[in-house]
Amino acid sequence: MSSSFDILIVGIGGQGTILASNILGEACLIENRHILGAETHGMAQRGGSVESHIRIGGEHGPLIPPGQADLLISFDLLEALRYSHYLKPGKTMVINRDMVHPTSVFTHKLVVPDEEEVIAALKKFDLRLVDADELAIKAGSPLSQNVVMLGAASSAMPLKPESLLEAVKRLVPKKTIDINTKAFELGRKAGGPS
Amino acid sequence: MERKYLLGNEAIAHACLESGVDFVSGYPGTPSSEVIDTLRVQPDRSCYIEWSVNEKVALENALAAAWCGVRALCTMKHVGLNVAADPLMTSAYTGVTGGLVIMSADDPFAHSSQNEQDTRCYAHFARVPCFDPASVQEAHDMIRDAFLLSEEFGLPVIFRPTTRICHSKGDVELGPAVTSTRKGEFHKDPRQYVVIPAHTRILHKKLNEKQPAIRKRLVERGLNRFEVRGTAAIIASGIAASYVRELLPAGVSFMKIGAYPIDEEWLGDFVRKHEKILVIEELAPEVEECVRQVAGCVPVFGKKNGYAPYEGELSPASVAAIMEKAGFLQKNPYPPVQPVPDIPARPPILCAGCLHRSAFYAIKKVYKDAIYPSDIGCYTLGIQLGVVDTTICMGASITVASGIAHSGETRDVICTIGDSTFLHTGIQGLLNAVYNGANMTVVILDNRITAMTGHQPNPNTGVTACGVESPPVSLEALCRACGVTFVETIDPYDVTGMVNILQESKKREGVKVIIAKQMCVIMARRTGVKRGRYMVDTETCNGCGTCVRYGCPAIEFSDEKARITDLCNGCAVCADLCPTGAIVRGGKR
Repeated sequence: MSSSFDILIVGIGGQGTILASNILGEACLIENRHILGAETHGMAQRGGSVESHIRIGGEHGPLIPPGQADLLISFDLLEALRYSHYLKPGKTMVINRDMVHPTSVFTHKLVVPDEEEVIAALKKFDLRLVDADELAIKAGSPLSQNVVMLGAASSAMPLKPESLLEAVKRLVPKKTIDINTKAFELGRKAGGPS
Repeated sequence: MERKYLLGNEAIAHACLESGVDFVSGYPGTPSSEVIDTLRVQPDRSCYIEWSVNEKVALENALAAAWCGVRALCTMKHVGLNVAADPLMTSAYTGVTGGLVIMSADDPFAHSSQNEQDTRCYAHFARVPCFDPASVQEAHDMIRDAFLLSEEFGLPVIFRPTTRICHSKGDVELGPAVTSTRKGEFHKDPRQYVVIPAHTRILHKKLNEKQPAIRKRLVERGLNRFEVRGTAAIIASGIAASYVRELLPAGVSFMKIGAYPIDEEWLGDFVRKHEKILVIEELAPEVEECVRQVAGCVPVFGKKNGYAPYEGELSPASVAAIMEKAGFLQKNPYPPVQPVPDIPARPPILCAGCLHRSAFYAIKKVYKDAIYPSDIGCYTLGIQLGVVDTTICMGASITVASGIAHSGETRDVICTIGDSTFLHTGIQGLLNAVYNGANMTVVILDNRITAMTGHQPNPNTGVTACGVESPPVSLEALCRACGVTFVETIDPYDVTGMVNILQESKKREGVKVIIAKQMCVIMARRTGVKRGRYMVDTETCNGCGTCVRYGCPAIEFSDEKARITDLCNGCAVCADLCPTGAIVRGGKR
């Protein structure tokens, strides 16, 4: 049986889940720990639902079995609901308080749950809602939302915040280091246990 | 030694540099593309790299380089190997002098593919060795073995990672990159390189004679190995071996197959030490068939008696379920869980401002009741817009269109194909359609790049894989040279213009070609094209929904009014379509 700490990051293609996975990978290298990951590439990225599996301390396969994740980070409310069965009951789910409606909702007039309904459906988890867009703008760029989300989830991870922040600094474009440092810290404050 | 967190394909690319690869060719295809995409941007690269126009062309180039004694890598996805099957089969006869590694990436579950074929069957068919890595680190380490084995036996070697290797990540132990000093030199030897019947009969015999020694070598190198731990055994290959390793109970023996062909004598000895065997592998029963041949009366559990699936991708959960069902695991550690039902799906979608959407819109407007063969690319997503009736393989839009047109079908036939796909295997179909007098229209969706696989350049882009300028091919001249007389180029953002040209083509007989030319919107954004955003004037909007039905992901609808989000790339097509003129330029980018 695996003794890894399993994190699932989900969102919509283009939201920066891959950079988030790379930051976790770099933080594990800093702490000299093994890590495995699996992610969505190719056409599925074009605005589709994407998932990134990360297993800190993983030794074997890169995939997290459904019902076994220790932490779920979702860049979108609807995606949090879609992948919620991956998370162990009672575990932490860090969610960006935003919902992009799939285009089919408008073209085919589909019913989509609202924020309150999503939150009610996820009540068996330790929910932490983050206004990532607002915090990212406060940090200096709406593009830093993914780093806000990592900051918000950092207290639920078995990695030192210093390692995560160092990984952020190594991986983001040089001229955005200050913005992303601030984004990480704002996220960390917002995502503490409620 | 250096440790990095890398994508499987990045680790494979690095391993090729560690092996001092000299020559690299390939055609992009998910999940294989990032190997060449990683190599082509290396700053101190000493090897030659090309994106070829298709996989057959890529493999023949790489084979010739390997004949000249240098180390060659050729990459493609599994279905690309169908295109390259012709040179593959005979390259096993001619052999190589420099190492030739053919990476053919499989896609169980068809995450991004038209089928789930298994490359290991091709290796078996061609009688060439095949490597089947179980992890990112192993994929990295096997590349060295693959080049060495290729040179030792003078045979091309297939390297078969799957999506869960190519697009997985891990902290990978890397070695130093090596700068090769090899220089290619062709030594004439017609008995080796001219496969006339008299030569090829001898070459076939030589190929067969190599097999026993290859089987033994794969065991000696530890690529195929086992641990005896009890009276029941699991045999697994590829990524499935990693899943089994995670679940393996104490007292169950384990054999890991990492390369083919399997030494049957060695396999038989292992099997006969056990009372029952479970075989777990993705896709075809390659290993299982081998096990069954040597098992005698030892019971074997696998695909052939319904314990494991022939299709799809395995996962830790499905492997646990197979092990439990076959009695190799007392209790499934991953009890099944149900996803929340009825959540609206979020499939991939053409980007906001994609040229394909406006081209499809115009096609549908003019050709209302027609047959729409299409092809492989981002534009296959046109299925959501009702303008993709067929997709089978690269280049098959034009040939399927001419086949339908000649079948007696009376409706109009209008097919769509991307520029890269047209150059890959579309030209022959066009030549054939003109030659045989088909009545049809071909729309070449020309976005100047191979977009779906990650924006690789092609002969239409004007630049090579390594960024050297090259003369862009003239699609117009190419179509005219095939004998097409009606060839028109139009910007598909100009919906009215595109509609007019389509109406013109509808009136004419024969093969007509319309080139819908506009830069891929992702490339436009990357290269700094700024078009400004559009917005809905809510006073003027009457909520008719015309723009929403256009299907652009930047258009939302609430409280009986349309709204344009910040996904807008400013193509302005919706502003053209709005009957009340409520969509206007504005909003900041």
